[in-house]
Amino acid sequence: MFVEQLAQMKNILVFLVMIFSFNLAGAQVKISGNVRDAKGRGVAGASIAIKNSYDGATTDSLGQFSFRTTEMGEQVLEVSSVGFHTIAQKITIATDLGGLRITVKEKLDELKAVMVTAGTFEAGDRKRATTVLSTLDVLTTGGANADITAAVRTLPGAQQIGDQEGLFVRGGAGYETKQYIDGTVVNNPYYTSVPDVAQRGRFGPALFKGTVFSTGGYSALYGQALSSALILESIDLPDQSTANASITPIFVGAGYQKLEKNKKVSWGANYGYTNLTAYFEVVKQKIDYFKVPQFHTADFNYRFKTKNGGMVKYYTTFSSNKLGIRRPDIDSSFLKDAFALQSTNWYNNLSWKESLGNGWRLNAGASYSTNLDNISNELQDKLNQPKTYDQQWLKDKNFSGRTRQDLSQLKTVFEKKLRGISSLRFGGEYWYAYTHSNFNNKSKELTDHFTATFAETDIYLTNNLAAKIGVRGEYSSVIDKFNVAPRLSLAYKTGKDAQASVAYGTFYQKPENLQLVQTTALGYTRATHYIANYQKANKYYTFRLEGFYKKYHDLVKTSPVYNNDGEGYAKGVELFWRDKKTIKGLDYWISYSYLDTKRDYLNYPGKLQPNFAADHTTSLVLKRWVSKISTGFNFTYSYATGRPYYNLRLDNTSMKYRIADQGETIDYHNLGFSFNYVTRIAGSYAVLVGSATNVLGSKQVFGYNYSHDGKAKEPITPPANRFLFIGLFLSWGVDRTQDAINNNL
Amino acid sequence: MKQILVMTILLCVSVMSYAQNDKYQKAMEKTIAAFDTCKTAEDYQQVSAAFERIGDAEKTQWLPYYYAALAMEFKGFTDQKGDKDEIANRAEALIAKAEAIEPKNSELFLLKNMSATLHMLVDPMNRWQQYGAVARQALGTAKAIDAQNPRVYLMEGESLMNTPAQFGGGKDKARQSLEKSVELFKAFKPVTPLHPVWGQKRAERMLAAASK
Repeated sequence: MFVEQLAQMKNILVFLVMIFSFNLAGAQVKISGNVRDAKGRGVAGASIAIKNSYDGATTDSLGQFSFRTTEMGEQVLEVSSVGFHTIAQKITIATDLGGLRITVKEKLDELKAVMVTAGTFEAGDRKRATTVLSTLDVLTTGGANADITAAVRTLPGAQQIGDQEGLFVRGGAGYETKQYIDGTVVNNPYYTSVPDVAQRGRFGPALFKGTVFSTGGYSALYGQALSSALILESIDLPDQSTANASITPIFVGAGYQKLEKNKKVSWGANYGYTNLTAYFEVVKQKIDYFKVPQFHTADFNYRFKTKNGGMVKYYTTFSSNKLGIRRPDIDSSFLKDAFALQSTNWYNNLSWKESLGNGWRLNAGASYSTNLDNISNELQDKLNQPKTYDQQWLKDKNFSGRTRQDLSQLKTVFEKKLRGISSLRFGGEYWYAYTHSNFNNKSKELTDHFTATFAETDIYLTNNLAAKIGVRGEYSSVIDKFNVAPRLSLAYKTGKDAQASVAYGTFYQKPENLQLVQTTALGYTRATHYIANYQKANKYYTFRLEGFYKKYHDLVKTSPVYNNDGEGYAKGVELFWRDKKTIKGLDYWISYSYLDTKRDYLNYPGKLQPNFAADHTTSLVLKRWVSKISTGFNFTYSYATGRPYYNLRLDNTSMKYRIADQGETIDYHNLGFSFNYVTRIAGSYAVLVGSATNVLGSKQVFGYNYSHDGKAKEPITPPANRFLFIGLFLSWGVDRTQDAINNNL
Repeated sequence: MKQILVMTILLCVSVMSYAQNDKYQKAMEKTIAAFDTCKTAEDYQQVSAAFERIGDAEKTQWLPYYYAALAMEFKGFTDQKGDKDEIANRAEALIAKAEAIEPKNSELFLLKNMSATLHMLVDPMNRWQQYGAVARQALGTAKAIDAQNPRVYLMEGESLMNTPAQFGGGKDKARQSLEKSVELFKAFKPVTPLHPVWGQKRAERMLAAASK
């Protein structure tokens, strides 16, 4: 009985297995077709699958697919591809199914979508691969000495100015460029001016993860900059805890940055001391420093992630510096001018980014800075003793001044994500600016309550077409004037990695404090920008071509009377090419700017090409990393045609200024070099940096100073032919790998 | 007769599940065999998609997703023109699916190590700090979970080979890891025939290169 049953079972088993094997080998049918995007172009690499089965295929380079399946009847065909919405389509399978046409719809994607690039160099933003200038780039730009402004100067639009600090962009003066950190404007971004010597920026590149250098047409979120905006975004939490030390002949510094175990809180502090005594012993200067430049700088930061993934960041930096320089006086063969400066600056920035849910985001910022400068000039004789004269113009050479500049700011921006990736931003800001100056015991005070409100929207019609429309309204109490500034830009993707964009905008800026202390009966200065841009960029190459026209209105005139009757224009073409790929290990960029600009402002007798504008400016930046010896070599060559200079003299009868003398400086050449050797010393990552500006020792003339009678002129040259630097930077990382592993287990 | 009926039904059920299981087994074997013959980025893409389809249909098997992610990463390393960030993101999505079924598996952390490496390769100078740390952590976790996994030492060796000696890498250190990997491969037995076995030849090749 049992055996019989077993035999029967065996039969059934064989039968069943036969059925299933038959089924498995199955009646196969072929399914084929193609996948296309909305424009009818084949989508390669799309995945096709019959839901809940193993059967499917991947499309070829033309978007074609074909596969065999045993699944029959009503089925769901799923089609997915990166960058497209997934499609589920019902099909009925009975026999071979050919010529299926499936259309997939492109997803709007912030990273893929077209972006307005007119006037904007977006740099260091890790999200996009096509960045122009990263923090590392700033550190490794030959001759820039890790100064953001010096590195930005190698981009098109900026002038090669060596006798004063600031970015002179597209025919604009240095003060027409403003710097913003995490949304709020920085009042004194550079160390205090010294006559005829450019100063460095206060903020180091390592502080920032993103830099946007806008040469015009920028967002309505930013105001009070007539020509250009340098928008800096500070880093969030560091990757790990680190201790660092810097040892150089002119600078020593140490710092510590702690990242808490929960990776949500970090804090850090740095201190640095700069003293150029030893350096000046070795590298002789053209001017006599009776007080060698000394700087103390200290900073502190505290950053944390909020519960909802928001970020709060506080950064503060304090610096104090002094120097004294003695130069021959131009009006005499034996007199000297002894200029002394003592300055302190305290800067604070607090920012808060938070997601409010429902597509709303908040960006709030507050900042406070105070800057105190004490300057003096003394006429001295051969023995460096003070000398006084009765003539007023010689008396004027002895002066002392004390200026305090405070700025407090609040800024709030709300952002709402609209359909797709479009968005709306709006908000307001308030500045309280206080300036107190005392010049030769004459006291002046200025207070300004400045308010602004703005709204801006990014509208993506498709991934290929976007518009940015904004408007900004401002009121300044010191001049008691309102303004309304519209901004508009459009971008259109013309092909893979390529796009064209245009931008238009009106920009207002208050008159400078130096002018406002004379009279507050002035209005805003105004500029209108028109920009057209073409850009083709991917991870390895960036090509940009940009043309602009800028009209200046209501510039401040200081002669014959203070008013807003000044005007001017600037137009030009700029080119940028960066290539990281063609030559292995070599990264280089070339930028070229052509500028045609004239303006009538200050005491100009008419429309003149300003003395800070060269017709042609070009830079070639080369970076070569040699892995074998862990060393990078960086060269920067900058060239600019000569700039005009004028001797403007007041005609005593007509009380008008006239050009008593004019000319053009010699062309500007500067070859900067640096190397960075990376190694490990005492458990630290160590970088040995060496650099030199003006390696070739080219003669640089930035303009001319004229004697009182106008008969003698002297070229303005750098205080030394070149600046040399060598330094060792050490960084000890606290390895948190084990903590992270333990968290994973 | 009643008994027979019950037994037959029981048998049917078990045979059906056997058949289903057999189908999975066969499909995996076939796709793994196809994986072994992949040469171009397109090949890897197709194999990855095939594994993903099996994973999506099965829902409870982690190995299809494991192989789908692995093939995607191999594509990333093969395809010089491809968008490594995008490929790594896709691999990570597949790893997440595998992890939901099979948490804390040494092999999955090795995949995470490779995807971090892909991200880093996009811009090594700017990214090594961020993604280097992620890769190190993933490798460390893989080792902590299964110190006998020969692929852990293969990955470790490869990474040391690509790190300059002054930064704690170099051939000498790489050789130690690769020797250990080759050693462990000799005794290595996969849990089932479908579990990962790859890497032995690669380890031997790397060891030869490190010993030069």
